[in-house]
Amino acid sequence: MLWYAGKRFLQMIPVFFGATFLIYFMVFAVPGDPIAALYGDHPPAPGVIEAVRAEYNLDKPFIVQYLLYIGGLFQGDLGTTFSGRPVIDVMAQAFPITARLALLALAIEAFFGIIVGLVAGLRKGKLFDASALVISLLLISVPTFVVGFVLQYVFGIQLGWARTTVSGAAPWGELILPAIVLASVSFAYIVRLTRASVADNLGADFVRTATAKGLSRRRVVTVHVLRNSLVPVVTYLGVDIGSLMVGAIVTEGIFNINGVGGTVYRAIRLGEGPTVVSFVAVMVIIFVLANLLVDLLYAALDPRIRYAK
Amino acid sequence: MPSSNTGRHRPGQEHFIASLAETPVAEIDQVDETGKARSTWTDAWEAMRRRPMFWVSASLIFVIVVVAVFPGLFASADPRECYLKFSNGDPQAGHPLGFNRQGCDVYSRIIFGTQASVTIGLLTTVIVTLFGGVIGALAGFYGGFLDSFVSRVGDVFFAIPTVLGAIVLFSVISVRDALTVSLVLSLFAWPQIARIMRGAVLSARNSDYVTASAALGVSRFKTLVRHVIPNSIAPVIVVATVSLGIFIVAEATLGFLGIGLPPTVMSWGNEINQAQVTVRTHPQTLLLPSAALSITVLAFLMFGDVVRDALDPEARARR
Repeated sequence: MLWYAGKRFLQMIPVFFGATFLIYFMVFAVPGDPIAALYGDHPPAPGVIEAVRAEYNLDKPFIVQYLLYIGGLFQGDLGTTFSGRPVIDVMAQAFPITARLALLALAIEAFFGIIVGLVAGLRKGKLFDASALVISLLLISVPTFVVGFVLQYVFGIQLGWARTTVSGAAPWGELILPAIVLASVSFAYIVRLTRASVADNLGADFVRTATAKGLSRRRVVTVHVLRNSLVPVVTYLGVDIGSLMVGAIVTEGIFNINGVGGTVYRAIRLGEGPTVVSFVAVMVIIFVLANLLVDLLYAALDPRIRYAK
Repeated sequence: MPSSNTGRHRPGQEHFIASLAETPVAEIDQVDETGKARSTWTDAWEAMRRRPMFWVSASLIFVIVVVAVFPGLFASADPRECYLKFSNGDPQAGHPLGFNRQGCDVYSRIIFGTQASVTIGLLTTVIVTLFGGVIGALAGFYGGFLDSFVSRVGDVFFAIPTVLGAIVLFSVISVRDALTVSLVLSLFAWPQIARIMRGAVLSARNSDYVTASAALGVSRFKTLVRHVIPNSIAPVIVVATVSLGIFIVAEATLGFLGIGLPPTVMSWGNEINQAQVTVRTHPQTLLLPSAALSITVLAFLMFGDVVRDALDPEARARR
């Protein structure tokens, strides 16, 4: 396990540098002068542009700029927002809220997704299975922002069961509705994945053996079928963290949540490019790290991966 | 049964020859070898055309594409003719779905918005499939340095979720048309196709027909193009069909955030974006374009499901 973890960690390092380099490169390779753009139609006093360039290291070669950025990253300097506030400060305040929202969404989609998928897989071809398939297909084809507006309208405005916007502190209770919205598409994918893999495993030799040696149906399903069916689901969760981040931007925008996604949403709408870039760069870093975690979880679940060199 | 070797006549051990009709040889003889060889594609077509879901999704896609190409045939009202006196107005004769906040006809804006969404979905899928497919096939077939280089570069692009990457690029570049949106989405989406193509080519590379082709003196490149790629393209087509729907959602998400196509272009994402302000009082101006979007995505996802079931023999057997 330690060998595997070490190997995965080493493989992550080039991806980490590559991804941050790519984002940095994309932004700086684009034509246009960001400093001149800051001043709009009125050119600043001579010397000001040069001073600002020097302050942000823009006068140095590209690769030096990137290395300075990475150096700052490791010292906790993630850049500044458009209004001059350090990104790390905003992150410290916004991240716990987004983490709560994402955890809630992950819990909802994993719990309900696996249960519905398991039942559908066990009753393949029956009514429950057919309706689970249709509903999941519908959920995948309705984008997150539409689900968000519909649930906000129905539960927040028509029925008045939930708050349409989340308050500044964003307690758990107020985050339930946004979390359902955030979880909706991934829930559908998990249902389909679990169903397919449960249906596959039911016909496997090890399940027949387990039944033949007299294990109860309950034990066969929970220990032998479910555990083996979870492997593709866990792999999916790794990819899913990426869509949760995009989803968080949309959902936090709709419900006006003061999380990382909401900050990015407002920055996008106000056209504050640099803020968007620094926050998204942090999101990509989190995505890479989260995928490392998922890989380790994956190994814990499937011994074949752990022991294979 | 106790065995005794006395050589006595025992009917159970009599040498028995089955009549030809009862042996598997008969079945082999019955195979019609004069007919045309059945390829994966004819098999897949046979499997697909029996499913109602194929005909439902295919006709939906056909209608959507016709609407995208000839929007004028389906909407009589001019989508750009907007009067503020009709702002958020109710449906009336000639305007079946009412008006949006700007007083434009909702129905004809949905019809004319089809083009942008479908174009970007198709264009992105084509770019991703061609680029990712070629890169993946070359990497898988030739291996070596090319393979490791392509795989590492792909890992880097794969580490950036498609829409997040597009958000970064579009917050710094201002040229936004169907082509740039498609290119930006493709930039982050190609590694998935490249990985799948590479895997398929890798497993086909050592087949007997590749050796046979080499033995006949066919060049490596020609072997790749003529024999390996046609035999490994099925999984790529499956993923490409499903991702077409996903790209349409991605474009609409960018439009919703206000960084997709410019607001002057009619697209479902832009309609939804502009309707956000009045969602609490006039939800229909937001829900109707959303419905058009969802139906389109649903059609492509259903089509993708059918294609997957047809091209994957395991899935066909399972169903």
